[in-house]
Amino acid sequence: MKTGDPVELAARNLRESVLRNSLTTVGISVGVASLVAMLSLGIGLQHLAASRLAKSGLFDSIYVTSGRRMQGPNGRRENRKGPPPPLDEPARAKMAQLTGVAEAYPDIRFPAELRTSSNTEPAPAPQSGNNKGAPASGEAGNSREYQLISGLPMSARQLESFDNLKGKYFSAPDAPEIILQTDEAKSLSDKPDELIGKQIILRYASRRLMQDDDANAKAASQYGAASELSVYAVTPNEAKLTVVGVVESKADAGIRGAGSAGAYIPVDLALKLAPMQATQVRLAGDRDPLANSYMAVIVRANRSSQVENIENQIKQLGYNTFSLLDATRNLRKFFAILDLFLGIFGSLALAVACLGIINTLVMSILERRREIGIMKAIGASDGDVQKLFFAEAGAMGIFGGSLGVLLGWIMGRIINAGTRIYMQRQQQFTPDDVWLVPLWLVFGAIGFSIVVSLLAGLYPAARAARLDPVQALRYD
Amino acid sequence: MTNPNPKAGADIRALNLTRTYRMGDSDIRAVNDVAFSIASGEFVALLGTSGSGKSSLLNLIAGLDTPTSGSVAVGGRDLARMSREELARYRRSTVGMVFQSFNLVPAMTVLENVELPMRFAEVPREQRIERARRSLERVGLAHRFNHRPSELSGGEQQRASLARSLVNAPSLLLADEPTGNLDSRTGSEIMDLIHTINKEGTTVLMVTHERPLAERYASRFIFLRDGKLVEDPSEVPA
Repeated sequence: MKTGDPVELAARNLRESVLRNSLTTVGISVGVASLVAMLSLGIGLQHLAASRLAKSGLFDSIYVTSGRRMQGPNGRRENRKGPPPPLDEPARAKMAQLTGVAEAYPDIRFPAELRTSSNTEPAPAPQSGNNKGAPASGEAGNSREYQLISGLPMSARQLESFDNLKGKYFSAPDAPEIILQTDEAKSLSDKPDELIGKQIILRYASRRLMQDDDANAKAASQYGAASELSVYAVTPNEAKLTVVGVVESKADAGIRGAGSAGAYIPVDLALKLAPMQATQVRLAGDRDPLANSYMAVIVRANRSSQVENIENQIKQLGYNTFSLLDATRNLRKFFAILDLFLGIFGSLALAVACLGIINTLVMSILERRREIGIMKAIGASDGDVQKLFFAEAGAMGIFGGSLGVLLGWIMGRIINAGTRIYMQRQQQFTPDDVWLVPLWLVFGAIGFSIVVSLLAGLYPAARAARLDPVQALRYD
Repeated sequence: MTNPNPKAGADIRALNLTRTYRMGDSDIRAVNDVAFSIASGEFVALLGTSGSGKSSLLNLIAGLDTPTSGSVAVGGRDLARMSREELARYRRSTVGMVFQSFNLVPAMTVLENVELPMRFAEVPREQRIERARRSLERVGLAHRFNHRPSELSGGEQQRASLARSLVNAPSLLLADEPTGNLDSRTGSEIMDLIHTINKEGTTVLMVTHERPLAERYASRFIFLRDGKLVEDPSEVPA
């Protein structure tokens, strides 16, 4: 028999016992729907966790610090011989060019004071002398206590911290713009949202190496410094910045540090301001205290799977690194196991549906015993009869699989809608889909249903093929 | 009425042909050491009482059953040595079968029933419909193409069965009591058709217990009693 003939005859036979075959097909579809439901829940949860973690910046980032023998964030002391390489702009550029690196930017955090330029209240007394290049305005403003300001790259827009950003993100990496956390914004104005678009003043301490050798030597002598090269000035400075956005205050900082500051400015602007960072104090004793111009560099990988390789390359360059790689590995392992178990539970219903197929086909053989005998008498081979029953099992698999995927998809939509409503009512959660049916699962489930149906059809088909035509023709 | 694909009739040679069935603890010899030959184009009637082994012998010649011992050769090929696949090929290319109970597939229309053997013979679809129509027209069922067997009379069902048996242009037509379920007039019509087919060169072996019918159409008789050939026809009840 040619390929199309068993299919055509199978379709005819399925139509003949429409109720029984429909019930069997519905059984398969419930099995497939259960499988799709379980797997898409697993996939959805994995996707949700992965996207949340990716947004937290925890799992694709490497925190790079100088290769000094100091205790790093991971609590380990690095033992390395010889002087450590400087962690400066050339080093950052070198890291940015490593394979798999999306970007590398300095981690800049510094304390500063924020005040609105329009406020008429008197400013507190300045803490040090005015900077020559950018004199303090002297304009009265609503002063605040010192807050931590963080420099962020343009890519940080994707971080979870900015999910509920009011206003907009920075327009350029060095734009004179600032984004405030809600708490900071509230202390500056009763109506924080109205600050967006207005200018505020950032007052901070900037550092500067003394250029004049004589003055250096004099200062070194006066203050008992180790050498004239370690003399640098810390001066107050001000910058006028436009508030472009306000974000919810969040505690989750992550490696990329979006949550730990009270306000954010573009990272290139932060570099231009040359602020004195609190952590730079530990470098003060160096012969050249500004040589290690960055306290830390944050390296972001294109994919979390590349983190280990990049981390090793950076270590070879002589720097200390820290990442949460092990945590992602365990997370992936957890989801692999979760998917496996969900798949097994989902398959149970499909296994029961298989018994339904076997039962339907065996019953069909009994009913059509004489028909099989007739077909053999007029020239059907064992293979032809086998193909016919295989085609029937396969057809039930295709219809059942397609219907099952559709059922699973509808169930998923309903659960997603329910979850969204629940999460919205909880208010502190961002509504998200916990159910995800990727395209591969659609085709995979239909394919799996066909394969399983064909396997279920193996025994009935072989039994039909083996029928003795003489006995079958006698059957009434 | 002419055969669209005439083939030379097949000759049949049976030698020491035996078929034993196991019934409980005893062996029943349905066909017992039978030897005969039928020439190409002959019309032979196989006569015998009920249970004499006629149908068992016909099943062996049709390739539906295999002998316990001995051989049966059709067109020079020994069926006892053929595999199941070869026997299936033999049944669809060499043999046409007509049954007492018609054996049409009830879920199919008359046209689809006649088309069915051509599906197994892998005849292209466009040829199948045309050949099935011609075969049905040949037996006078041109107006019944799309009817189901249950909508036909007994005579029409047997005509459809005959059309199906001829559609692959067999060289051997095996008829098992073809008029057994028909009234005498309809039976005669069917026998006339079979006779015409024989005249066109197809070898016909017909099982019957109606001796007058056999005498009217067959050129030779083979008598069976208790699975054995009987030389003297008087030993077989008429």
